[in-house]
Amino acid sequence: MDFDFSDEQRQLNDAVRSFLAKEHPFERLLAIKRSGSGWDPKVWRGLAELGVPALNVPTALGGLGYGPPETLALMDACGPSLLLEPVLTSAVIATALLNEFAGAVPAADLLRSMARGERIAAVAHFEPDARFDTRRVTTRARADGESYRLDGHKAVVLHAGLADTLLVSARTAGEAGEDHGVALFMVARGTPGLRLEEYSTVDGQRAAEVYLKDAKLHAAHRLGSADSALRAIEAAFDIGLAASCAEAAGIMQAALNATIEYLRTRQQFGQPIGRFQALQHRVVDMAIHLQQARSMSYLAALRCNSADIGERRRALSAAKVVIGDAGRFIGQQAVQLHGGMGMTDELQVSHWFKRLTAIDIMFGDSDTHLQRYAALSVAPPV
Amino acid sequence: MHLEFTEEERAFREEVQRFLRERLPADIRDKVLSGCELTRDEYQMWQRRLYERGWGAMSWPVQFGGAGWNAVQQYIFEEEAALAGAPRLIPFGLKMVAPVLMAYGSAAQQIKFLPKIISGETWWCQGYSEPGAGSDLASLRTRAVREGDHYVVNGQKTWNTLGHYADWIFCLVRTDPQAKPQSGITFLLIDMKSPGVSVRPIALLDGGREVNDVWFENVRVPLENRVGEENRGWTYAKFLLGHERTLIAGVGTAKRELARLKRTAAAERKDGRPLLDDPLFAARIARVEIELAALEITNLRVLCAERSSQAPGPEASMLKIKGSEIQQDISELLMRAAGAYALPMRRDAMEAGRQADPNAVNVMAGYLNQRKLSIFGGTNEIQKNIIAKMMGL
Repeated sequence: MDFDFSDEQRQLNDAVRSFLAKEHPFERLLAIKRSGSGWDPKVWRGLAELGVPALNVPTALGGLGYGPPETLALMDACGPSLLLEPVLTSAVIATALLNEFAGAVPAADLLRSMARGERIAAVAHFEPDARFDTRRVTTRARADGESYRLDGHKAVVLHAGLADTLLVSARTAGEAGEDHGVALFMVARGTPGLRLEEYSTVDGQRAAEVYLKDAKLHAAHRLGSADSALRAIEAAFDIGLAASCAEAAGIMQAALNATIEYLRTRQQFGQPIGRFQALQHRVVDMAIHLQQARSMSYLAALRCNSADIGERRRALSAAKVVIGDAGRFIGQQAVQLHGGMGMTDELQVSHWFKRLTAIDIMFGDSDTHLQRYAALSVAPPV
Repeated sequence: MHLEFTEEERAFREEVQRFLRERLPADIRDKVLSGCELTRDEYQMWQRRLYERGWGAMSWPVQFGGAGWNAVQQYIFEEEAALAGAPRLIPFGLKMVAPVLMAYGSAAQQIKFLPKIISGETWWCQGYSEPGAGSDLASLRTRAVREGDHYVVNGQKTWNTLGHYADWIFCLVRTDPQAKPQSGITFLLIDMKSPGVSVRPIALLDGGREVNDVWFENVRVPLENRVGEENRGWTYAKFLLGHERTLIAGVGTAKRELARLKRTAAAERKDGRPLLDDPLFAARIARVEIELAALEITNLRVLCAERSSQAPGPEASMLKIKGSEIQQDISELLMRAAGAYALPMRRDAMEAGRQADPNAVNVMAGYLNQRKLSIFGGTNEIQKNIIAKMMGL
């Protein structure tokens, strides 16, 4: 057992923290959010100089070749800053998915330029009726000579508008809910038949509904086999889920610290409100939630690429339940203990709350994962 | 960063498992696994067997006959012993008075008391709480007045666990009523057979015999049974609070009870199918199992931090709070799993000395009894006060 960062992880965590402290203070986040642009390419370039988008790219393709523990160190550091740039979307999830097909030239080329921060990719997989079920794909890919024609609708695709390439899942066979019959396509921005309906999410990220109408793609843009891409897609989202747990733990720590500080300084009835026991005990409950959440962020990082799929899913669902519950509790109570100020856009606490709320929902909320975990594991011991 | 135990630790776990297989009597194991109470003899016999193996006191330094295990080894032992259905170790001698004697006791006290604690020969109990001094322990009023080479003790202690089994009691008594509450307290060792000591059981909600009131009426205690200096007892008692707190979460016990819950839910029927298949009940079990998985890692993190000598924070109190809540949740689910059969209070089925009856439904008593977990050893609310203070509030 060892829960300490390695030297490399520590250095990464420190480097990202000091970069963000300097280049991405809260005022900068507010300015980006209010500009409506949805991100700041300058911040992204800075992250690229630190090697963030290269982190999970294989060394043979110009990356750093790291994995989930380093991603945890990265996301823990990024969490408090509430980055709008596509770290999770592109540098973690899309990269993990492309890594599965790194033997193919188009994927390798894309990874190379992603490692340098020059290109961005996003995975367009979930659909309006899927409700976090990865198998519920109805988007169709019809073979048409050397090409495929895609028709379908992908829901709430984060950073779709920023992405140079969308990684789109579509059925070549089978029905929604089946494991078999799903293929993966690289769909470049501007492909005829691809239409985005962009919007901002509650936490200020950019996202879009992605519509494909008779979108024609050359067969070379299909990654892997024609019918068994689902495993790779699930693996990539599992790595993303673990990364989001680490991000959430970082945010919860920041929200807790800010709340403690507020209770020490805010005066009412002639004393700091942190003297009141009702508030003290609430903060302790937040701290306990945080410790449990941090523990599960470690478990998620250490199990998210496990070859044993049953063990992996159990661990990730367990982690997501704890992270979801803790995030909801800490977010809500951080707002509550900041009183009216917690309701304002002016304080970072409301922004942390919104991001924690978003993370609870992403990849399936606590209830979804509680059911999954129960289905996987509540069997009597032998 | 990894979760795996080292090769030595895994080998150690196997050694513990082997010992438990060979030396834990089946009848005792069955009683523990089905939630029955144990007799004094059964507890002592188990302590004796551990002692014979050289494991009588796992946390004690080797110089006092202890196993000298590190925190991880102790954790592994506790977990395996709990899962196997071994009797819990009675903490009052081993984990409470012994560390105080080692740190502050005289050589004569160490020689007189420690060997019989480790062998299980002497049963100790604790005399801290009083009717007017619970969470506010420093307000205790049991009085000790010096008369020559003796103290004369008068007063009442309460919530004295298993004192009816005990040979000796360690007490906090007031020796200086004029001093500040914390400054006038002395730590005394009192022979339970001394004239003037009387023990009376407190009837509890679950019908069990577990705690007592203990009265002291002009009890004469030789000066040699004072630990350390007069009026410094509070310091010694506080030392205990910081001691051996990494096992406080009870993860092993919770795992054992969770397995019992699953067995029960698999055997109980709802709509003709195992209760375990009921989505709502399965989700309730899943939630507590997940909480326990998180607590286990939190506990291991605290162990590792301790191993690398990082300054202890409020983690022990957090472990106590979360661990007690989880054990209580499990006992509640066990009770609910039994359906209408949770209602019969079959004391006859669980009383000490009886043969364990696996079909006896005694889950209600367990549920009621487990409410103590968030009360004793500093209520969870007191723990939260402690944590808040450490967080600078």
